[in-house]
Amino acid sequence: MSAERTLAPFGRRLAPITASEQHGAYVVLRCSDLEGPPPDPGQFYMLAASSRWGGGDSERPFLPRAFSVLRAGWVGADSNGGVELQFLVEDVGPGTKRLCELRPGDGLLLVGPLGSGFAQPRDGRRALLVGGGVGIAPLAIWQDQLAAGAQALLGFRDAARAAGAALLASAQVATDDGSVGHHGLVTELLALELERAADEVEVYACGPPAMLDTVRQLCAEHAAPAQLALESGMACGFGACFGCVVPTRDGYVRLCLEGPVLDAAVLETALVEQ
Amino acid sequence: MSVSFCGIDLEHPIINGSGTFDAIAARRAFGDALLERFPFAAFVSKTVTVAPRQGNPPPRLWELPGGLMNSIGLPNKGLERFAAEDLPALAALPVPVIVNVMGFSREEVAALVEAFDARSEVVALELNVSCPNVETGLVMGADPWEVSALLERVRPLTSKPLIVKLTPNATDVPAVARAAEAAGASALALINTLRGMALDPRTGEPWLGGRTGGVSGPTVKAIALAQVNSVADAVEVPVVGMGGVQSGRDALDLMRAGATLVAVGTESFRDPAAALRVASELDQLLANSAV
Repeated sequence: MSAERTLAPFGRRLAPITASEQHGAYVVLRCSDLEGPPPDPGQFYMLAASSRWGGGDSERPFLPRAFSVLRAGWVGADSNGGVELQFLVEDVGPGTKRLCELRPGDGLLLVGPLGSGFAQPRDGRRALLVGGGVGIAPLAIWQDQLAAGAQALLGFRDAARAAGAALLASAQVATDDGSVGHHGLVTELLALELERAADEVEVYACGPPAMLDTVRQLCAEHAAPAQLALESGMACGFGACFGCVVPTRDGYVRLCLEGPVLDAAVLETALVEQ
Repeated sequence: MSVSFCGIDLEHPIINGSGTFDAIAARRAFGDALLERFPFAAFVSKTVTVAPRQGNPPPRLWELPGGLMNSIGLPNKGLERFAAEDLPALAALPVPVIVNVMGFSREEVAALVEAFDARSEVVALELNVSCPNVETGLVMGADPWEVSALLERVRPLTSKPLIVKLTPNATDVPAVARAAEAAGASALALINTLRGMALDPRTGEPWLGGRTGGVSGPTVKAIALAQVNSVADAVEVPVVGMGGVQSGRDALDLMRAGATLVAVGTESFRDPAAALRVASELDQLLANSAV
């Protein structure tokens, strides 16, 4: 979405894990990237553990996994300490399971920052962030960098996952099971907000496909601009494999190159096959 | 560790497999750092067809133990836009450019070969024969007669080297290789991906949008080694070996099996600079074995 993008150093590099913190059902992985530039909010990295990840024993995971940045910042007062990158991980398969096992001192292999991130709100609008589950990650770094701050509406399955809401400032929470905040979908909170203020906001959303597609439809109905951070199965993250295409009004685009943040207006659906 | 291939001087023997590295896209992600440390000794384009192609519907990928299955469907801009937009951009690469082409009939392949023969940016052509001839219904690369007829049609159209990219999904790959050589192929490249399938555990239906896909990665290395060896034994022309190469040791194995050049494919997905490491490891192994 953003016209400018921060370029990645060429090639995969090793970034040591500096911390692994449990936030309810999620893990925040912190690593120290000595070579890379600070990423733009909404950009992503391809991640793999430096040991027991494919190769020798020929077991899954084989491919790296794509993760949006949760937070990033220079370590220390100048650039000599490198960049601390944070990623939000939920153990849902062999790749995320291995990443959740990593401990300080373990090696993380990464390529990035990749793709094109969020663009500033149009026409003096204020940012309204809508996140679902582990998809709240890129909204945190975006909220950090928006000078005017941003209201956040976050949806989770249950209380264990709603613990992730603390990663953003003053978030309004919805849970599927009603254990925290609004009992229902985060898109119900969005609908109320759009009724009130559709002409004042630009919506930034990341979450599961069904949530994103509802966000897309609601924003279209209320004529509110929206930027959606999508997810799609990716082998490489830099346009080589052609695996991550999503359908747009102009045909398929590679999400890793043209996204992961896309203007909702270019999509006929956000129900992307994973 | 320079090498001569079909009269083309290359700095080292490691190139990319067609469709596994998009140099134009990679330059958007990595900038000029890509050109300063370009990982391949020659660049092979993704397959170009006469008409533009959108490619297969997603999902297009399935991870395997030690590998990947893809069903991409050869998306490309088509001959006209590739020649106008992409070739000039590829000419900025610091290495020779080989264009991979595919047609659904011999006449389509002929049109592609003629078009690229006229372009000075192109040092050689690679023929992707892994698709059916719509006129005969036979996969061109699975049948010695089809390959022969194709080469007889297109060989007179260019003096540039013609590399035939063989499909491993054939009963007798060396027979196809011999037919290609006899009809004027300058070199042979193998293996392409192996046909496979995955089922969605929730529905029992094929996972991939194209129903079947091509298997690649270290899981196919043993098959690649056997096929490269059998083809290299059957022909005199040089062979480009590929299939599951992750290290200099893998590249050396393929060279010992008879390959002149070795291509890196799926490993570049895991590390865009993987081929640099493979080339340097290979260089070290060759230096050690020369002592």
